[in-house]
Amino acid sequence: MVSENLVKDVVSEPYKYGFVTDIETEKISKGLNEDTIRLISEKKEEPQYLLNFRLNAFRKWQKMEEPNWADLGYKKIDYQDIIYYSAPKQKEKISSLDEVDPKLLETFDKLGIPLTEQKKLTNVAVDAVFDSVSIATTFRKELAEHGVIFCSISEAVKDHSNLIEKYLGSVVPANDNYFAALNSAVFSDGSFVYIPKGVKCPMDLSSYFRINSGDSGQFERTLIIAEESSSVSYLEGCTAPMFDTNTLHAAVVELIALDDASIKYSTVQNWYAGNEEGVGGIFNFVTKRGKCLGKRSKISWSQVETGSAITWKYPSCILLGEESVGEFYSVALTNNLQQADTGTKMIHIGPRTKSTIVSKGISAGNSINSYRGLVKMGSKASGSRNYSQCDSMLIGDQAAANTFPYIQSQQPNSEIEHEASTCRISEDQLFYLQSRGIEFEEAVSMMVSGFCRDVFNQLPMEFAAEADKLLALKLEGSVG
Amino acid sequence: MQSKTKELDPILEVNNLFASIENLPILKGVTISVNPGEIHAIMGRNGCGKSTLSKIIAGHPSYNITKGEIKFTGNDIHSLEPEERAQSGIFLGFQYPIEIPGVSNLEFLRVATNARRKFLNKEELDTFDFEDLVKEKLDLVKMDSAFLSRSINQGFSGGEKKRNEILQMALLEPKIAILDETDSGLDIDALRIVASGIKKISNEQTGIILITHYQRLLDEIQPDYVHVMADGQIIKTGESDLALELEKYGYEWTDNFIKEQ
Repeated sequence: MVSENLVKDVVSEPYKYGFVTDIETEKISKGLNEDTIRLISEKKEEPQYLLNFRLNAFRKWQKMEEPNWADLGYKKIDYQDIIYYSAPKQKEKISSLDEVDPKLLETFDKLGIPLTEQKKLTNVAVDAVFDSVSIATTFRKELAEHGVIFCSISEAVKDHSNLIEKYLGSVVPANDNYFAALNSAVFSDGSFVYIPKGVKCPMDLSSYFRINSGDSGQFERTLIIAEESSSVSYLEGCTAPMFDTNTLHAAVVELIALDDASIKYSTVQNWYAGNEEGVGGIFNFVTKRGKCLGKRSKISWSQVETGSAITWKYPSCILLGEESVGEFYSVALTNNLQQADTGTKMIHIGPRTKSTIVSKGISAGNSINSYRGLVKMGSKASGSRNYSQCDSMLIGDQAAANTFPYIQSQQPNSEIEHEASTCRISEDQLFYLQSRGIEFEEAVSMMVSGFCRDVFNQLPMEFAAEADKLLALKLEGSVG
Repeated sequence: MQSKTKELDPILEVNNLFASIENLPILKGVTISVNPGEIHAIMGRNGCGKSTLSKIIAGHPSYNITKGEIKFTGNDIHSLEPEERAQSGIFLGFQYPIEIPGVSNLEFLRVATNARRKFLNKEELDTFDFEDLVKEKLDLVKMDSAFLSRSINQGFSGGEKKRNEILQMALLEPKIAILDETDSGLDIDALRIVASGIKKISNEQTGIILITHYQRLLDEIQPDYVHVMADGQIIKTGESDLALELEKYGYEWTDNFIKEQ
């Protein structure tokens, strides 16, 4: 048998993004009440309708209960012990990157996301979010030439208020669920994207979320609107320092695709996961949903989830427009005492809509990794089809994998196909690769990335290579 | 059959090897020595310990060596990991090659080949150079390059899997190749292809151990020595005519031999 330690250690690489940036921040005091919300709204100089949106969400949230249906166990969150707004101190109005605190630029440099003109990534526009605020957005001018709006959501509230008022909360209503309601009440920043009619966004857009303070939550909100016949590919990355306390991250992402538009949304989530004993790490409760409003519109989610102590996340598609298409490609890797309950919802409403779900869960150490997914065929969704494939891979004998597929159909003339499998990296497979001279760890990572191939193929190129590396790093030592 | 020069140092020496799996003894004192250029055949019934011997030489972690030693080019390999053994030139052709979904055969072959080349202080090959090399070797086993883009052994027929093993041997250029029932499950044409592949790959520097039940592989590749194994021991060693004898009388006499013991 693979000696026990062998299977234990391939999954634990020290977290290399765990540093803290020492920077003066403006924080409000801990706790949450209506005054907190008024204060956040005031700091951001928001219009009345947005304050009302927040207060309305807060009142609903107060009447809601924290959900407990997921296969997750964690210490109760004390919502009064969290700071709801934390921002690095800087000049009131920043007109160019030169005025951004060099420490912040350095932080993003260290994370591999250079923002300055000389060093910025050449083919990707980046919106960098640090704790509660957006620091900088690159390539804005170039994008503006194509009519593409890419900015922080706070700026969008000021400059594109009509779009915010029309679409904010239109996909994820304020009272959608407990964490979405909380986010709607206190969200601080996030990214806003608008692609006008007929425009193919000339470069990938990307947001990078960095949590820096240990005691403040991060509540970002992203809104992407793709007008008729437009298309965009959007990438999202996240990291956080290592603290021995848990930090709450409750985000909301809303996507809207009109006729013939397509949105591809890719995430590599690498929040700090806590240590081997399960101390610390991010609690990641995220609501992501896309609405295929238009005919033949398409929304595609791909995610590589490797971080966080707790992941609770179900990027979903509402397929309203006829012949619209929803996709969900996911790799979720858990190690040590991480817990992930993740999956998707594909809600087929329009006729001849199609959805594809490919989920790959890898559990190592003592972790629990669950796929939870809903496929629903509404009464008008005739001729609609879904294909789901959920595969789990276990590394070692202490890890757990679950699959919870929910299927609801009100439409006899629709097809739902579900396939599921569970495998374990077998000793024979490892021995076979080793007996050809391939190092043990490389053999494991070859097999893991082979297992994830279908999903990696969906990621934008540089991201796919990144994801492959990230998995290899996370797995180092777990099978050793 | 002429016996070859004994002045060379043996590539592989197995000395009085005892081994067990989960406390169940399988090998009970095996001794065998292979010199460069020699072809040895090990024959015997299922369960006599042939496959175990081959896996232990390759470093399979499930078995415990309780006594004895294995020397490869003069050094005890007890503490070497399977990949270190492979890199230094030990090759095991699997009786049942393992399927690995999602991992491309080409990538696998390239990583393996480069691991061996690195050990030999040869330059590692990039994708293009490797493709040139592998296409040349494909001819040896009459394989189509379409095999390269498939997952390792996945959906391969029995014969394709065995040819893939020989392709790996051709790429890795081992010092010693232990081929565990490479002939089983092959029709006569496939057997000829595999046998001619093995012959083309081996040279005066290579040692080969063929593990087989049948004479038909030995008709294609003439062994210098034939060892008969029963109950975890080599009970008889002879030249190639021993295999013919075995073919003629069957394994019953080996059973009797065990009973007598």
